[in-house]
Amino acid sequence: MAHVLHSEKAVSTNPLKSSQPLGAAFAFLGVAGCVPLFHGSQGCTSFALVLFVRHFKETIPLQTTAMDEVATIMGGADHLEEAILNLKSRTKPELIGVCTTALVETRGEDFAGDLALIKARRAEALAGTEVVLAATPDFSGSIEEGWSKAVVAMIDGITARVSPRRNPRRVAVLPGFDMTVADIEEIRETIEAFGLEPTILPDVSGALDGTVPGKWIPTTYGGTTVEEIRSLGECVHCLAIGENQRTAAEKLAEVADVPYSLFASLTGLKPFDRFVTALAELSGRPVPAKLRRQRSQLADALLDGHFHFGGKKIAIAAEPDQLFRLATFFVGLGAEVTAAVTTTQGSAILEKVPADEVRVGDLGLFEELAVGADLLVTHSHGRQASERLAIPLYRVGFPIFDRLGAQHRRQVGWRGTRDLIFDVANVFQSDLHEPTPEGLNPFRRRENDHDSRPSPEPRRH
Amino acid sequence: MLSPKVQALFEEPGCDKNRAKDEKARKKGCSKPLTPGAAAGGCAFDGAKIVLQPITDVAHLVHAPLACEGNSWDNRGAASSGPMLWRTSFTTDLSELDVVLGQGERKLYRAIREIVETHAPPAVFVYETCVTALIGDDIDAVCRHATEKLGVPVVPVHAAGFVGSKNLGNKLAGEALIDHVIGTHEPDDVGACDINILGEFNLAGEFWMVKPLFDELGIRIRACIPGDARFLDVASAHTARATMMVCSTALINLARKMEERWSIPFFEGSFYGVADTSDALRQIAKLLVERGAPADLIVRTEAVIAREEAIARSKLEVFRPRLEGKRVLLNTGGVKSWSVASALMEIGIEIVGTSVKKSTPEDKERVKQLLEDEHKMFEGMAPRDLYALLARHDADIMLSGGRTQFIALKARMPWLDINQERHHPYAGYDGMVELVRQIDIAIHNPVWAEVNAPSPFDADGTVIGERVIGGGASTGARAASPASAALEAAVPAFHFKKFAASGVGDADDC
Repeated sequence: MAHVLHSEKAVSTNPLKSSQPLGAAFAFLGVAGCVPLFHGSQGCTSFALVLFVRHFKETIPLQTTAMDEVATIMGGADHLEEAILNLKSRTKPELIGVCTTALVETRGEDFAGDLALIKARRAEALAGTEVVLAATPDFSGSIEEGWSKAVVAMIDGITARVSPRRNPRRVAVLPGFDMTVADIEEIRETIEAFGLEPTILPDVSGALDGTVPGKWIPTTYGGTTVEEIRSLGECVHCLAIGENQRTAAEKLAEVADVPYSLFASLTGLKPFDRFVTALAELSGRPVPAKLRRQRSQLADALLDGHFHFGGKKIAIAAEPDQLFRLATFFVGLGAEVTAAVTTTQGSAILEKVPADEVRVGDLGLFEELAVGADLLVTHSHGRQASERLAIPLYRVGFPIFDRLGAQHRRQVGWRGTRDLIFDVANVFQSDLHEPTPEGLNPFRRRENDHDSRPSPEPRRH
Repeated sequence: MLSPKVQALFEEPGCDKNRAKDEKARKKGCSKPLTPGAAAGGCAFDGAKIVLQPITDVAHLVHAPLACEGNSWDNRGAASSGPMLWRTSFTTDLSELDVVLGQGERKLYRAIREIVETHAPPAVFVYETCVTALIGDDIDAVCRHATEKLGVPVVPVHAAGFVGSKNLGNKLAGEALIDHVIGTHEPDDVGACDINILGEFNLAGEFWMVKPLFDELGIRIRACIPGDARFLDVASAHTARATMMVCSTALINLARKMEERWSIPFFEGSFYGVADTSDALRQIAKLLVERGAPADLIVRTEAVIAREEAIARSKLEVFRPRLEGKRVLLNTGGVKSWSVASALMEIGIEIVGTSVKKSTPEDKERVKQLLEDEHKMFEGMAPRDLYALLARHDADIMLSGGRTQFIALKARMPWLDINQERHHPYAGYDGMVELVRQIDIAIHNPVWAEVNAPSPFDADGTVIGERVIGGGASTGARAASPASAALEAAVPAFHFKKFAASGVGDADDC
């Protein structure tokens, strides 16, 4: 069990976090025909937009209520109303996802009340467009929590409360923000292999998978439809992926009485065994031969890969669920997590991270803790630490702006775990150092006490 | 607190645009009111950070909740020849408790102290943002206190996001420099050929393509602000004999105030384009000689210009056969609206349109003369209209900033980045050659033919292309592919004028 320690520093050096409203917008981007709207000054939107574009290399619909000095003093309800009406008439979206920012939350207005009034007053003009609100000030939480708040807001605001007839084949899936397009596709394929029909919320695989649509579309063009969100109550079961999705799953249970199972991670042999078992139970069907073959391939990849992982020291900086998923993966292959840094304190999963301690902090702290590690695992902003420490960086999560194809990399399921093993093992292999007489001289090695440590005890968790 | 300063900036006498306005229009200021739900571009804080952050040895501390810095750091391509501290991101990352309990000022002071103790920078710049302005943190007082206690200049930058646009933020950054930095250091090596360059960002290191020309002429760059600058260079900038202002609207207030306070004459120029680079060198030489530099500087400058122009021309000529008649859409604004255009036209490239957003009336006049058709000028274009223009192949390539990149790519058309995120240096004589080379590489990439060829399968998945096994064409009529018909329908006829004021253009210039 890991001790979770909070930073005492006043300055954050090289932030690890992306902001909470960005996480909420990210979730809204997985809904078809949606435009996320930041309630804040235009810079809040501009920074998030640029970061999304750098990561996805796609056009990103993201708008702003453009709060100015006067509105900041007098109140922003008018700006919110005007923005919603402008968006409605200009882009005709199915959904407008409002994300509040630190600016308006510091001022502290009754946004839910304002929005209810706007919706009532402008019912006619807004017909055919859902508007939901996620309260996501930048001064608390981070991308993972923002994501979760948006999903809760959509279920709360859109899903029909009257429980319709259950469809025995339909299951709801609530993925985390760090599931890539390829991860979502893997989950969908696996579920469909059992004859089940998944509704994935949010579904970035339809919206941000890098296609060329053939015309100009000012909203998202793909993802979960609003109708699918409305009818989520038809699902027989909900599969929530990552501890962070628990609130959303509970909200769905509350709104439409859909029972849920939580899967802390889908990376690794055993975690995915559990997921596939659940699917077999839900469908009443045996596990298809094709899937079992994938499992066997992963077993082989674990055998081939473990040579490269055993005894390695890994430094990871990531959002809580992602940190847990990656740390258990590395430890499961015989590596040791020597530095674990995360963004926020609140998540229950942090105590389960297989490391001695988890530090809440920034990439500055990560760089201090990572000295002596064999591999850095974090997003692209870890590149400066990687250069300075001369330790290779394996990029995960968000943002990845200096490598192509981040959204098409698969890390979940048996096949995704296999890919991940090979990817990381190849990083180790390309960083091999040729043996030299000096490097192997027993007298020289004796002077370096950190090299003469015994190999780490196998962990039991 | 800020409004007198902002109002004063709107009255900027050095600004051409401003001088053309009447009293009432001037009072309104130069930032257009933003339309909620239809706005694009950065805020004042963004603008201030853009201008100041390339000062390489300074610690830049953003006093804000996470988003202002956390979502935006390490994202610009300015280059440093030495210190790398500017790429390290510092923020107070205010939490909810900090905001509610009013701990902002204390946290800010501690943050400054931690930075000074760990990194020992020559100065710390502290950026105010929306939330810290709203909760009323007295940043000036904290900075003053920190300067005294820690013995390091701590400079407050007042540019909260909500006060206005990115461009206003550029100017507010200039105000911070004039109020707190320039003139605070007296160098012991003042010379008759010292100059300042304002508004040069050294993107992709491009200023290093120009600097050797100055070195050859014996002209010393006292301060290039902000590209590859050191704090002490900026602090000594008041000792230069002349100033060249590069990005025409960004730091005009700084140039004018330096002229007022230290009698440093300035001119506006550009290093984009062959003729413009020559012009800039000429003007600098002239100003320096007027202020006491050796008279032969002018002759030597002309010699360098003649030599470099000849080399550049011969290098550019190589591209003429490959690029003559190609149609370029310039979506950038400012001086680039004509300086790049004129250089491209020299080798027979046609300019089908150029954005004059953020251009001065003088810029616009030059565009008009150059293109001989004012319909080719546009203020800004909505993404939908840009897409339509490109999808109809009314241009062979678009040159713009990253924000509009995917409009071109989704229309399956070549695109080249000429703004701040680009990776190629375009300044000076060699930079122009590089720009033309990059256009050539982009336009002639074989992927365009491949992605624009119709798919051999129609919307239902039926094969309509050439058969593989049976031989001959398949039954589907290929000539009138449904995809291209749909495109025709989706893309209406288009005129520049019609959309001249339709808003969302490329606000990324500078």
